[in-house]
Amino acid sequence: MRKAVNDINRCVACGVCCKECPRQAIEIYKGCYALVDTGVCVGCGICEKACPAGSITVSDTEEGR
Amino acid sequence: MKNKTGKKRHWYDYLWIWSIIYFSLGFFNILFAWLGMIDFILPLIFAIVGGNKWFCNNMCGRGQLFWLLGRNLKCSRKKPAPKWLSSKWFRYGFLAFFMTMFGTMIFQTYLVFSGANSLRKVVKLFWTFKVPWEWAYNGSIFPDWVAQFGYGFYSLMLTSTLIGLIVMVLYKERTWCSFCPMGTMTQGICKLKNK
Ligand code: SF4
Ligand code: SF4
Ligand code: SF4
Repeated sequence: MRKAVNDINRCVACGVCCKECPRQAIEIYKGCYALVDTGVCVGCGICEKACPAGSITVSDTEEGR
Repeated sequence: MKNKTGKKRHWYDYLWIWSIIYFSLGFFNILFAWLGMIDFILPLIFAIVGGNKWFCNNMCGRGQLFWLLGRNLKCSRKKPAPKWLSSKWFRYGFLAFFMTMFGTMIFQTYLVFSGANSLRKVVKLFWTFKVPWEWAYNGSIFPDWVAQFGYGFYSLMLTSTLIGLIVMVLYKERTWCSFCPMGTMTQGICKLKNK
């Protein structure tokens, strides 16, 4: 399953990804980083294109549905 | 009205208009620069009281303006920015630099307050270039230091917006957000709060 994965050490918690995600799969967890709900994410990559810090990327993950 | 992603539009989705109004007002009267304090205090209240970045995430007019110009009006190359620009040392280094410059500006204001210096009607861009701006102030009921702070604060706001516009064109739409001092500070506060 291709899902968005966030590097929480790079993430600046700006919320651009969260705003752009068509599935509303992202929340900014306590102002610290973007948290992806992998159950909702469809791996479209819109968040990756929007992220100014290059911290969220779509890649193959084990945990799928 | 709904946007592309099907989300409902809110009043705070239009705060980019506020960014434009702010700079326009300050162009005609420098005292309006004080209104920019709202953009300094609000994010801090959200971070300190709420432990969140709701300001950045939903209501920052500047971030919205960069998105609008960069994405909707296609003024951005949308290229990934160099990694160091969003690295921790650069972000916190830039925050430290910014705070130092803020402190310098407060000190300049103090010098006018104490009478050691007289009011200088200039806007300083990139902390270097002095641009004459005398039309924006012809005296008021307030003492001169109030106007001096206005000039200093307006310079800071204009400079950071110009830097933001440059990185918007060169890199991603909201590249500024990856090293914006307010963004770094509020995220830092949230991280401390959630330790
Ligand atoms: S890949 Fe698409 S669905 Fe998944 S979080 Fe990113 S924008 Fe949302
Ligand atoms: S756009 Fe990137 S930096 Fe901003 S919150 Fe999302 S993952 Fe983090
Ligand atoms: S990081 Fe700065 S410019 Fe970006 S949304 Fe937050 S306060 Fe606004």
